Amino acid sequence: MAHDTAHHESNTGRIWKVFILLSVVTIVEVILGIIKPAFLVETTVISMKLLNWIFIILTLYKAYYITWSFMHMEGETKGLRRAVVWTSIFLICYLIFILLTEGDYVYEVFKAGHKSWDF
Amino acid sequence: METAVTKTGTEDKIWGGGNQPLKVSYGKMMMWFFIVSDALTFSGFLAAYGFSRFKFIDSWPIADEVFNHFPFLHGVDAPMYYVALMTFILIFSSVTMVLAVDAGHQMKQKKVIFYMFLTIIGGAIFVGSQAWEWKNFIKGEYGAVETKGGQILQFVDAEGHRVGLKEIAIIDNNQDRAQHEERNGLWYESEATLPTYTIDEIRAGFAKNKDLVIRTQILTEKGEKTVLSREESLRRLTNDAIGIVEGANLRHNEYGTPLFANFFFFITGFHGFHVFSGVVINIIIFINVILGTYERRKNYEMVEKVGLYWHFVDLVWVFVFTFFYLV
Repeated sequence: MAHDTAHHESNTGRIWKVFILLSVVTIVEVILGIIKPAFLVETTVISMKLLNWIFIILTLYKAYYITWSFMHMEGETKGLRRAVVWTSIFLICYLIFILLTEGDYVYEVFKAGHKSWDF
Repeated sequence: METAVTKTGTEDKIWGGGNQPLKVSYGKMMMWFFIVSDALTFSGFLAAYGFSRFKFIDSWPIADEVFNHFPFLHGVDAPMYYVALMTFILIFSSVTMVLAVDAGHQMKQKKVIFYMFLTIIGGAIFVGSQAWEWKNFIKGEYGAVETKGGQILQFVDAEGHRVGLKEIAIIDNNQDRAQHEERNGLWYESEATLPTYTIDEIRAGFAKNKDLVIRTQILTEKGEKTVLSREESLRRLTNDAIGIVEGANLRHNEYGTPLFANFFFFITGFHGFHVFSGVVINIIIFINVILGTYERRKNYEMVEKVGLYWHFVDLVWVFVFTFFYLV
């Protein structure tokens, strides 16, 4: 593995670029979170506020850059990349789908049920 | 490392042994798989948080009202600024970590030392900030009243500004209820610290101040808390209220449902523990770098492995930040 060192040239330029990108995305998130533009809060897309979708998409965008650039996933072999990324994404999506559906169902039961839980 | 591997004569065949189909060392691959399992643990927590939130979608506390403190700015409403700063600190320490890894690839010991030092400092500041957030959350700000049904009632004035319990309560000097401890009563029973005020003192003060009304946990269409009329407020305070809540712990939470506090403590606590262990592991590797262990080994892969862990901690924070503070 000692031979590997010869192949690595410095990537500092790219690292700083990614840092600036992550910072800008975070600043945008914070600004949106503070002013909460009315049209984004009022518009609902797939049973969630558009603003929340924007937050989630920006978060995934940040997560992509952290994994690909900082954790150097882009340089790994296809096999390792898929073993890590596909497994996690599939299981996480599955879990989120199940739990959120169930949570929404429980909410409906609380709301429509003839027993009050706020006594 | 390669010298330790015996040639098997099957080097050209991927699955024949003596080969690395994924072209990473054992240690790095296992770090990746550990990260996968840890990521699933965190997603389990965050998905459970999502479940509870969907369950109480119309009464969940508003994060901007809970986390609105900034150091040295007392009483100033500063939602999100501090946590945004914390996020920057953590992202920046991730950057210095990746710079350390980069310097390691070029075998520049001095640079690795410098960048790892910055990373450790960043991590320590982050853990400290989290402790400060916890302190504010546990201490609470205005205080609230809890009902029989476990609902939280908060006080607001005519303009809708929050009013603290200390501004409402009319202190009754004639009653001296002492905390029941094991040493002064039944030896096998004790109770939690008594709140500063009793519910009767709050009732008396509320009845006197005609401007005050009550705000419930329920969110309106606009995403704001429902404010009750004066009559309705008086009725709820007389009939339903049973106790005072100041701050938050695992059973009571002046900001809303205790579940919010439970998840906050558990998820940020678990993440904080990861940051803490990350700092400890970083310090160990940092000492090794200073001692020249990796110079002699002629590769800095250990720095890369702890780097992976450190970036993962940052990655988790990005999600915690979104789901606790933004969404």
